[in-house]
Amino acid sequence: MGIPAAKLKELFLKMSQTRHFEETAARLFTEGKVHGTAHFCIGEEATGVGVCSALAPEDLIAQTHRGHNQAIGKGMRLDRMMAEFLGKETGYCHGRGGCMHIADSSVGSLGANGIVGGGIPIAVGAAFAQQYRKLDAITVCFFGDGATNEGAFHEALNLASVWKLPILFVCVNNYYAMSTPLNRHMNISDIAVRAQSYGIRGKSLDGNDVISVYEATLEAKEYVRREGPMLLVLNTYRYMGHSKSDPQNYRTKEEVESWKKRDPLVLFRDRLLRDGICSAEELDALDGQALRDVAAAVEYAESSPEPRTDEVLRDVLAE
Amino acid sequence: MRELTYAEAIREALSEEMRRDDSVVFLGEDIGVYGGAFGVSRGMLEEFGPVRVRDTPISETAIVGCGVGAAMSGLRPVVEIMFSDFVAVAMDQIVNQAAKARFQFGGQFSVPMVIRTPSGSGTGAAEQHSQSLEAWFVHTPGIKVVTPSTPADAKGMLTTAIRDPNPVLFLEQKLLYRVKGEVPEGEYTIPFGKASVRREGRDVAVITYGRMVQRCLEAADAVAREGIEAEVVDLRSLAPLDRDAIVASAKKCGRVLIVHEACTTGGVGGEIAAIIADSEAFFWLDAPIRRLGGLDSPIPYNRTLEDTVVPRTAGIADALRGLARKGASWPRA
Repeated sequence: MGIPAAKLKELFLKMSQTRHFEETAARLFTEGKVHGTAHFCIGEEATGVGVCSALAPEDLIAQTHRGHNQAIGKGMRLDRMMAEFLGKETGYCHGRGGCMHIADSSVGSLGANGIVGGGIPIAVGAAFAQQYRKLDAITVCFFGDGATNEGAFHEALNLASVWKLPILFVCVNNYYAMSTPLNRHMNISDIAVRAQSYGIRGKSLDGNDVISVYEATLEAKEYVRREGPMLLVLNTYRYMGHSKSDPQNYRTKEEVESWKKRDPLVLFRDRLLRDGICSAEELDALDGQALRDVAAAVEYAESSPEPRTDEVLRDVLAE
Repeated sequence: MRELTYAEAIREALSEEMRRDDSVVFLGEDIGVYGGAFGVSRGMLEEFGPVRVRDTPISETAIVGCGVGAAMSGLRPVVEIMFSDFVAVAMDQIVNQAAKARFQFGGQFSVPMVIRTPSGSGTGAAEQHSQSLEAWFVHTPGIKVVTPSTPADAKGMLTTAIRDPNPVLFLEQKLLYRVKGEVPEGEYTIPFGKASVRREGRDVAVITYGRMVQRCLEAADAVAREGIEAEVVDLRSLAPLDRDAIVASAKKCGRVLIVHEACTTGGVGGEIAAIIADSEAFFWLDAPIRRLGGLDSPIPYNRTLEDTVVPRTAGIADALRGLARKGASWPRA
């Protein structure tokens, strides 16, 4: 494993932050402090964190609305994310978007999209701008397995391929399109084969192994810069429901438990210990730091002001 | 002053902006060698090359989405949708993406994108190539909607649209493409939200836009010979809408006829009527506000049927006569 120890610790910290951020957010929900909904990626942390940690600041990402791992991976601030979750003025979107639309242009995030597949053509446009401006950067576009049945996915992959745009399509396959399992929403088992139809490279891998995800992204990035678009499929699993209102009657507890045995954080922790990169104390310390970061984010968010009602129309149009 | 067709005026504005600003790029189906389905971009590939005048696959969602992403990344894309009916294929990208990106992300992004597209009936292209869909977008905060009615306006308003930091739906009137008019040389802009009074009058205010402006002017000429002086107000832009001009003309004339090609029900005309009824102009009205829109029908193929479903000059003139008649006033007790 040629990844520097500092990078591995960063990956572990970001994954822990994502886990604690979401567990805390779910608790705030239960306490009735949140108006709206949320889509949690607990169990999928290695995907967004692994991919985004392999990118440069100038690379862009288009996120899904199950993308707190993508946001944290790209370097978004926990406090402003939590403030947005609580609808506060200090949130990334000043309480206009909620966590379904979290964005931070300063770290290269084009924002999370509430429409399944809606962000894919937009990411293609960002990659078009990078190519047009002859920038060295790439765009990474996240979406789920369900989105690959949207027309937008197919139109976007075709266009990106025809124009050889510097874009990495990342499908986070958690095997469910809301409640519908993969084997009932498409007639193939490996989503990566869809790349072939558009003349681009496709690759599937274990999305719970953050090291594989990180290394595959580094490699894909070089490929994308040189050759044009590529589709990376990260196979993973979400432990929680689709959103807050999900009764989860479409899958068994046994299935969820079997995936928890391959929990991305546990897998990574074991690997770091086994390879002698970190001691248990060091990992506990990183986890403790993640907890404290999230607690500080909650404090920031809760003490932040509500948006002013007389400014509600502020950003309907640009001046 | 020299004359250009409406199509040439659009090409001139787009070309001038592309010469002035290298962030302006032009995307669409068959806009390159073919020159666009209506010939608007003829010759532009030769001047600007295939990187900036870019033929796309037939993928309206991807074309508009690409425009949104490019705009969010600092370019100023102009995308052509071959017929305005095809915006329905790209509806998510226009309504849920382009019109929302600035607001939902708290002002972090702007979307300086123009969607140019030919609107309206009259070519025998039938149901799926002839609609006037502006009301859908006037009802969508976050996007501007304009409908120039002359070559000079087409040029000045396209320049404004390209320089605007917001998404703009630029509805070209396909029956006007070959109509000639005086067009100033060089760059100029025409602000959105400013109506133009095309004909002064005192008897009936005619509020209209797009290709119906021409028909309303013809109808106004016809009834002028009978002593009825109609004022014709060309709205030019529908979002933003020039409320002051609408109210002022309604107050001045006391009788109002609203004319548009789009079907009447749910049309922009209802909004215009409501603006008048909601304003001080209400107290100046001498007769009920009259709407003359298209019939609530898809656009048929047959020439006579097609003519039947949209307002014609004779029908507009009849409506003016009806409104100007003494008996058209409020019944007095």
